[in-house]
Amino acid sequence: MTKVRNNHAWWLILPMLLLVAFSAIIPLMTVVNYSVQDVFDANTRFFTGTEWFREMLNDPALQAAVLRQFAFSLTVLAIEVPLGIGIALLMPKKGWQASAVLILVTMPLLIPWNVVGSIWQIFTRGDIGLMGWSLRELGYGYNITASPVDAWATIILMDVWHWTPLIALLCYSGLRSIPDAYYQAARIDRASQWSVFRYIQLPKLTNVLVIGVLLRFMHSFMIYAEPFVLTGGGPGSSTTFLSQSLTTMAIGQQDLGPSAAFSLIYFLIILLVSWVFYTAIMNMQKDKPDGGV
Amino acid sequence: MAEIALKSLAHSYLDAPGSPQDYAIREMDHVWHQGGAYALLGPSGCGKSTLLNIISGLLEPTRGDVLFDGERVNALPPEARNIAQVFQFPVIYDTMTVYDNLAFPLRNVKTPAARVHERVMEVAEVLELTPQLKRKAKNLTADEKQKVSMGRGLVRDDVSAILFDEPLTVIDPQLKWKLRRKLKEIHQRFEITMVYVTHDQLEASTFADKIAVMYEGQVVQFGTPRELFETPNHTFVGYFIGSPGMNFLEITLRDDRVRVGDSALEVEEGMRRAIEAAPSANVKLGIRPEFIEVHEAPVAGGIEASVEHIQDLGTYAIVDLRLGDTSLKARVEEDQSPPTGRAYLRFPAARLGLYVDEYRVEIDHDESP
Repeated sequence: MTKVRNNHAWWLILPMLLLVAFSAIIPLMTVVNYSVQDVFDANTRFFTGTEWFREMLNDPALQAAVLRQFAFSLTVLAIEVPLGIGIALLMPKKGWQASAVLILVTMPLLIPWNVVGSIWQIFTRGDIGLMGWSLRELGYGYNITASPVDAWATIILMDVWHWTPLIALLCYSGLRSIPDAYYQAARIDRASQWSVFRYIQLPKLTNVLVIGVLLRFMHSFMIYAEPFVLTGGGPGSSTTFLSQSLTTMAIGQQDLGPSAAFSLIYFLIILLVSWVFYTAIMNMQKDKPDGGV
Repeated sequence: MAEIALKSLAHSYLDAPGSPQDYAIREMDHVWHQGGAYALLGPSGCGKSTLLNIISGLLEPTRGDVLFDGERVNALPPEARNIAQVFQFPVIYDTMTVYDNLAFPLRNVKTPAARVHERVMEVAEVLELTPQLKRKAKNLTADEKQKVSMGRGLVRDDVSAILFDEPLTVIDPQLKWKLRRKLKEIHQRFEITMVYVTHDQLEASTFADKIAVMYEGQVVQFGTPRELFETPNHTFVGYFIGSPGMNFLEITLRDDRVRVGDSALEVEEGMRRAIEAAPSANVKLGIRPEFIEVHEAPVAGGIEASVEHIQDLGTYAIVDLRLGDTSLKARVEEDQSPPTGRAYLRFPAARLGLYVDEYRVEIDHDESP
């Protein structure tokens, strides 16, 4: 048998390759390009190799920002995921109440980021803000411009308010898709309320939760507008997260090389953590080779 | 172990049911005896699943009583009823292993671990699930999953009945008969009352000793597969059981003769009297296609019909006949050549049933055939 070898079909991927090139590879390559050079002006530039990367990784201010960023992302995930599941479980399943609650829950998701920041900025003011004023009247010296703890707590509260609805909505749709037979079988098997949650609802929510956790992680890791408007990164640098550090460096100081290197590191961290999350959750569903009996 | 009795039971999904059409279950009485293998057979929407859910306690009936061994259980939730139910789609706990799935109902009532292990191993053995015990239930095939959901009912010693709601719907055809045989085996071994809901008469008659045929929210006949075939109690049972279903001829009494359309029909004296006594104009004669005698030439007592279509099914043929306005089907065995054009039919008296207002009327047969 003679097989005709003809590899011209490879040309067919060209359009896709061009599309990906323009949408992802070329923009990313310009960043890579800057990250290995020291640019003075349009004609003067030096190749620096990995110098910017080393410098960025050893910068104590950025290290602190990375730690702060992880602390923030993990905190909001730890609050929003259980809270979102809880809200979804409590939401009415049918009737006009279901629609009403859905609309109420969705509301915060529709507000633009910097508007959220402004709303909370006003909300937390000690003189006219409802929350700020109330806390002060109750005797707590609440002040987000002076106390890092207050600033942190407020930003977390704001993020929880803004984004828990996303988890709640995802879980709500996940819960709706569980057939009645599962609940009926559980009743017949005399399962407790907790068992129903643990062995029916939670497993059926795995897929939507993977999406929810990944989205929330990436989102929160890139948080910028809300803390920028609310606290401006302060007091001191206590609420300065990664994207704000990056903006200051790239726009404020025009340090293109270091900020390009920093961008790449930032991007790789998100990619790595997302991959770890995804792999870990997917692995939980596989058969264990020596599962105990 | 229990006898399940339904007394004047009725159920409606509406808040304020009025006409009989509002009821999914119309007033009915029924008894499932301890240890029997029963099928609940009927078309989609006839109320089979509703009835099953009432027995298991997932639904509370609008009226009437559900009695387990004479004790009223209407108000008891499913978890207090000692009933297991297997659903149309396999219900398994995804994240658990097969072993944990089977152990789940026992662990929920704090059974000692040793006892759990013993029961699970026994049931796994019967269901041929032993090699799968360590696997996650999520990764099983549909028939294995269905066996797991069945197994969760079997592990409990306190289960008095297992209800099956069309359990083989999602199973591949070649595995269906295997599972059905398994069910039968389990029934013999555990002596548990089993009620099997299906719309497939073959499934019902291979599984059950006695079949309850449901139609429009009522059990219209409860009998062995043979009884359902030979003496259907209601025209619906006649249509529904058998392939093709029973023939029904609308008859009139004119000039002192029993007629189908214009053709006169010779009937027994007892039958004639019963027809004359019928309190309604809705009078039909029913006969199975298998029992119609088809002749190519005129015969004594034969009634003439035209042949419309012949469907050759290999070992037999189904002949579509027309008698005035009535269509009939007759089964002709392979050793007899099917008629063409005209045919002469005879209806053996012993095989002819009389139906008044859709229900069968028993008649006294003459001494000699």
